[in-house]
Amino acid sequence: MASPSGLLYASTHEWAQVVETDGKKVATIGITAFAIEQLTDLVFMELPKVGAKVTAGKEFGEVESVKAVSPLYSPVTGEVLAVNTALPGKLETLGNDPYGEGWMLKVAITDDAPLSQLMSADKYEAQCAAEG
Amino acid sequence: MPYFYNTSAEREAMLKAIGASSIEDLFTSIPAELRLNRPLNLPPALGELELTQHLSALAAKNAPAGDKVCFLGGGSYDHFVPAVIDALAGRGEFYTSYTPYQAEVAQGNLQVMFEYQTLICQLTGMDVSNASLYDGGTAAVEGVLLAMSVTSRPKRVVVLDSVHPEYRQILETYLNCLGTEVITVPTPTGVADLNDVAVAMNDETACLLVQHPNFFGGLEEVAALADIVHKAGGLLVQIFDPISLGILQRPGDMHADVAVAEGQSLGTPLLYGGPYLGIMACKEQFVRRMPGRIAGQTVDRRGRRCWALTLQTREQHIRRDKATSNICTNQGLFALRAAIYLAQMGPHGMQEVAELCLKKAHYAKEQLTKGERFTSAFSGPTFKEFVVRDRQGRVSELLAEACDEGFLAGIPLGKWYPQLDDCFLVAVTEKRTKQEIDALATVLEAVASSPSVPAAV
Repeated sequence: MASPSGLLYASTHEWAQVVETDGKKVATIGITAFAIEQLTDLVFMELPKVGAKVTAGKEFGEVESVKAVSPLYSPVTGEVLAVNTALPGKLETLGNDPYGEGWMLKVAITDDAPLSQLMSADKYEAQCAAEG
Repeated sequence: MPYFYNTSAEREAMLKAIGASSIEDLFTSIPAELRLNRPLNLPPALGELELTQHLSALAAKNAPAGDKVCFLGGGSYDHFVPAVIDALAGRGEFYTSYTPYQAEVAQGNLQVMFEYQTLICQLTGMDVSNASLYDGGTAAVEGVLLAMSVTSRPKRVVVLDSVHPEYRQILETYLNCLGTEVITVPTPTGVADLNDVAVAMNDETACLLVQHPNFFGGLEEVAALADIVHKAGGLLVQIFDPISLGILQRPGDMHADVAVAEGQSLGTPLLYGGPYLGIMACKEQFVRRMPGRIAGQTVDRRGRRCWALTLQTREQHIRRDKATSNICTNQGLFALRAAIYLAQMGPHGMQEVAELCLKKAHYAKEQLTKGERFTSAFSGPTFKEFVVRDRQGRVSELLAEACDEGFLAGIPLGKWYPQLDDCFLVAVTEKRTKQEIDALATVLEAVASSPSVPAAV
């Protein structure tokens, strides 16, 4: 599945879609199709609660496959506005629609600086090809 | 166990194979100044006969609980161990087996774990049990760590002063470097006061650690305590006595979130105080935070019943530093003994042994405290242990003299509780007879009435 071009990507395989309204930036975040394919059969997911603080590069939750538990790293810094609470109960959604229905959190960004660390779709695809 | 030795010809062949000219060659990388260059300062080797005599003489310095009448408790108890346990657990298939790194090749071991877990769930009323932990004290700590993880409240835990003092020391050791504050609620009446506990709660409290029956043998109001901690958003971690569940309500029925125990009472004799068997069970919703191994039942590709380790993704061999625990030693042999014990006793047997402990302990409490010198330290109901106060405050001499008379009369409490310096803890199991209890009462009275300074001979 190609990485959509409007999104920003972290080297740890999370994506963020940043939308600015009235000067406030909100990021919708999830994990990439590449990550989901690498993780294989998912069995469990844990997401933070609304109101939790997340920090770019730090863990915000975890996802468990039959083989391993993997941390989810936040691509942005801010406060959680919304959580896709239906997702842990319907993990197949992640594989089917990782950039849409498979969203995990909406975060009100409180620090713009970490955004500059994120990659474009092209650059991220190149990283994936190298990891192959 | 076979002993493998090698001959000088075999040593030569091995040295030749690796290209070394002598054993000495293998150590050339160790700098000369770091080497001993002389034989170890050891006495000459003993012959088999002399060695046997030497070890027997050393062993004779021990005072095994079985040689005296044992009223010691505080976590390890002199309960009866049915012969069937040694007969089955002593079989080579179990006795000498070590954790196989491909666990599924040892289906028998996995079946034992699965049956043990099933019995522990039935005993405790909890949803899931792991395959065992190191011992009771570390199991209690793992219960607290689980609560801290589940609630995302790493800063504060509340513990009752009536929890085993050594378990609390282990907890302090674990939490010290995590910067977690351990709040201890005093229990001056021998059990927790609900108001004191409620006041100690706040929105950073991960859990309340309760022991029931507690270290003093007293009964805590577990269901009410669970209610208090749940209202604060924390979990209730209960340390239980497996034998007590023959007559007391199960942790699960009293809304405990995690139930942990020392499992020595279930078919293992007293062995230097442990470690024996750490029992841990919890509600299903916390299963992914449960440390240690869990065996599950499934079917193979031919549809036959078989067993596999499950939820291993959080174990240390896969998750390293992010594992749920890095000290989750599995006490497989003791878990097997516990499973055999529970299967042998059944619900009626468990009830019977618990009732015997209760009745005998109450008879002992009556007999020991009917004179002038000794009194019960606390007035509340107790199970198989109780605290005796010596009004003359000469506990250590008293216990030493009782020991000389053949009685391990109890554990002095002063080293953990300065305010109970004049008290000792007495445990009475189903093994104690009326004659032994009466004799203990007589011995303590006799010691009590003897002059405090022995007359010069």
